[in-house]
Amino acid sequence: MAEATLRIFRGDQGGGTMKDYRVPVAPGMVVLDALHHVQGHQAPDLGLRWNCKAGKCGSCSAEVNGRPRLTCKTRMDSLDLTQPVEVRPMKSFPVIKDLATDVSWNYQVNKKIPPFQPREGVEWKMQQHDVDRVQEFRKCIECFLCQNVCHVLRDHDKKAEFGGPRFFVRVAGLEMHPLDGADRIPLLKDALGIGYCNITKCCTEVCPEEIHITDNAIIPLKERVVDEYYDPVLKIVKKIFSAGR
Amino acid sequence: MAEAGLTQGGFGATARRDAWWLEMLPTIILIGGFSIYATARAFEGAHYLAGSYLSPFYSPLIDPDHKWWPLSPAVLILGFPLGFRVTCYYYRKAVYRSFLADPPACAVGEFWGKSYIGETRFPFILQNLHRYFLYGALVFLVFLWHDVWKALWFDDGFGIGLGTVIMAVNTSLLTLYAFSCHSLRHIIGGRLDCFGCAKAGLAQHKAWSLASLLNVNHMWFAWCSLVSVGATDFYIRLVATGAIKDLRIL
Repeated sequence: MAEATLRIFRGDQGGGTMKDYRVPVAPGMVVLDALHHVQGHQAPDLGLRWNCKAGKCGSCSAEVNGRPRLTCKTRMDSLDLTQPVEVRPMKSFPVIKDLATDVSWNYQVNKKIPPFQPREGVEWKMQQHDVDRVQEFRKCIECFLCQNVCHVLRDHDKKAEFGGPRFFVRVAGLEMHPLDGADRIPLLKDALGIGYCNITKCCTEVCPEEIHITDNAIIPLKERVVDEYYDPVLKIVKKIFSAGR
Repeated sequence: MAEAGLTQGGFGATARRDAWWLEMLPTIILIGGFSIYATARAFEGAHYLAGSYLSPFYSPLIDPDHKWWPLSPAVLILGFPLGFRVTCYYYRKAVYRSFLADPPACAVGEFWGKSYIGETRFPFILQNLHRYFLYGALVFLVFLWHDVWKALWFDDGFGIGLGTVIMAVNTSLLTLYAFSCHSLRHIIGGRLDCFGCAKAGLAQHKAWSLASLLNVNHMWFAWCSLVSVGATDFYIRLVATGAIKDLRIL
């Protein structure tokens, strides 16, 4: 049976080393299978997070050969096995142990977002074409790969000022909901700092659910912020029309 | 084997194994090359008219006889298409990555550190003016289509030359580029939360759906129209200087 070398980060936030493990490669094997082999046969103390092994729970996020990926959706035969396959934890979050990272900052950001609030006196009916748009945002599995690759968090460490792509997707799903009545535009501009996003689309590139994060969530939200804060002509037009009513 | 564990910071730092820097080269070559050519042509102030063909760099043609404007007529107008491209959501990605290395590629380290301001402050907060440049671009399209119409008429009446075809293709690509714009997609329907509740909601939904369909290819329209504008001007310049003769098709 063919073999491959897995070079895995072993350590914690204080530091660590990359350690090599030889694993047998079977047809259809994914990186998570290889990690499980290491855990089962060579390093029972290897720390990694996983759950469904089907690309739906979003737990097994890591960096494979430097690219943010779900390890359960990364086939070994898609990688160059003549070289060691490097598996590292997500860079943007503190390492708990080995490949397991502390993603709890995301849950703090999530708490800032007002949940769905139906418009006053709303009729509980929705047209299919109204629902279609927000359905895309519901596909998010919270793997946080988009948060990990976003340079605003990864390189500039703006966790205090910036929400990140995952939460722009959540806000988009709420703001574009046909029955929702809450206004999250001031939150987007200030607490979630959407202005820090400079549209480099890395979040879209890594999304395992293929959500068009930048084109369908972030840019439409940026345009809504422009409507509210950076378009004086629109403000005048709105005032004229509201005065005429 | 042991080595440094966590991915390090700093410009270019990455554990990626592919040639990530290759992504930057086409953008630098195309945008850099176009900028040099367009600047030279804009200030040249000559060879922009060849019979009924008018270079897109000079359309609409204002004060060609220099009655009140001493410089090239192109200088008067090029700010609008330039602003439309500079603030375009697609070109923002291309320029931030390739020219400002912010970031140079996904999961590759950069050098801006904590001083990063994104589009929250001057100068990049001005990117929010994109929709105003869009309005300008839509007006320019009217002039460009008018130029295509004029390019159908020669001294001996109606006809089609290679220049006519080039101008029509160029203006079509520019139209697709403008109509696939993210801001337009927002303005014509995307701003609504509920299409079913709005006045003319169904029509707005249809317009938004069509813009969304075009928007998927916004990047391609951006590149193709950039190349076609340069190529159209170059062809008209060649004909205007007498370097080549226009091929009459009809």
